[in-house]
Amino acid sequence: MAGATRPAGFHTGPLLAARTMALRGRDVVSIRDLAREEIEAVLAEAEKMVPFAEGTKATRPLDGAIVAMAFFEPSTRTRLSFEAAVHRLGGSCLTIADAGATSLRKGESLYDTIRMLSSYADAIVIRHPSEGAAALAARASDRPVINAGDGSGQHPTQTLLDLATMREAFGTLTGLKVVLLGDLKYGRTVHSLAYALGGFGSEIVLTSPPALRLPDEYREEVRRHGAKIVEEPDVRRAIKDADVLYVTRIQKERFADEAEYRAVAGSYRVDRALLDAGKSRLIVMHPLPRAGEIAPEVDSTPHAAYFRQAFLAVPVRMALLRQILASGRRGGFGR
Amino acid sequence: MRELKITPIHHGTVIDHIGSGLALEVLRILGVGTLDKESTVSVAMHVRSGKLGWKDIVKVENIELSPRTVNALALIAPTATISIIHDYKVREKRAVELPDRIVGVLRCPNANCISNQPEPIESEFEVVERRPVLLRCTFCERTLSEFLPHLA
Repeated sequence: MAGATRPAGFHTGPLLAARTMALRGRDVVSIRDLAREEIEAVLAEAEKMVPFAEGTKATRPLDGAIVAMAFFEPSTRTRLSFEAAVHRLGGSCLTIADAGATSLRKGESLYDTIRMLSSYADAIVIRHPSEGAAALAARASDRPVINAGDGSGQHPTQTLLDLATMREAFGTLTGLKVVLLGDLKYGRTVHSLAYALGGFGSEIVLTSPPALRLPDEYREEVRRHGAKIVEEPDVRRAIKDADVLYVTRIQKERFADEAEYRAVAGSYRVDRALLDAGKSRLIVMHPLPRAGEIAPEVDSTPHAAYFRQAFLAVPVRMALLRQILASGRRGGFGR
Repeated sequence: MRELKITPIHHGTVIDHIGSGLALEVLRILGVGTLDKESTVSVAMHVRSGKLGWKDIVKVENIELSPRTVNALALIAPTATISIIHDYKVREKRAVELPDRIVGVLRCPNANCISNQPEPIESEFEVVERRPVLLRCTFCERTLSEFLPHLA
């Protein structure tokens, strides 16, 4: 881009240059791959990325970089926010958005597909229906791999943007009281989030129907990682004194019959009347898409943080991509 | 009380201090069904042991254990000791030891794990805790504390 006309506010170099080089060239497969300090560095940079993500300023630290979007199952917001992040950083994308159109259909292993892709791109963002696919991709690729969700497994960038939303709202992540509501058994976002919150010494309140409780193995691990965990099946009691109400989608297919599903889904519906039981600064988060768990009337209250959370996907993914790919050298990215 | 007598072996391996009742699983791990017909296999089950109270013992002629087999033994029979016999003498004796990673020994219990699909990789577990043993799949992160049903 040297010599090209640049829009007002265009920025290359120091602002986005190496705050930390720790993530350069690294895979991010699981939230466990990131130390607390590394998470903090990504979130701090994400905050600075906001005007760039909004398009009010421009930057090109990934000028010339190609990021492959290997999406082997449907995704709207995750893929689009990753693509937006790459474009906002001046890079470009190679996208597999329809696995049926790839040679996987001809029987090629994921390993070989990723190995091939890694010779075309500087980093690979992968979403796949099987748990562990991103870890396999990280082995197959000699370029960094970012997990954008594998089956019901890990989704570390979702966790980062969840944390970014809390950090923006409260200025800190330390000592927050977070209620996790809904499907805590199968919901992949809550497993990663609970683990990460443990690292910040949060108090986690688990509120779920008995059939969808957080599995013991996660509970123990989150506790070992530093979280204080309590269980409170009553939502109204759970949100008293809480800072964050994190709502997840309860999926119909998890229940034996529709009547049972309706009863459970109804008992966890978040509306204005419920939120009156919480603090005025309580924020409501949701990984979206929602399916009736949060009444539309909540959208216009100061509690609603889920649309902001969806937007923060872009600056958070920008910060992560920049830290993984950019060398910190003016106008360039490093391999 | 009469002494326990099992025929000494010329060359082979003795696995002693196996937890009581686990000898048949140990035989399965050793793959005794594939041994040549000249090899003697001796099994003693529910034998008194000073260390364990009760134990099983397995002696197999003409077999040397691969590192993978030793890792499987460490999971199923963590108290076992392995003696290598040459010319009727114990040439080496050691306790089984759990490595930090277990490769190719177990199948991940998560049916949707990528390691259970036709990919050019072996299953792999990281030892998260040693007492009691807790493993975590390197791919899907599912944890595992029972190993017998998941032997590959």
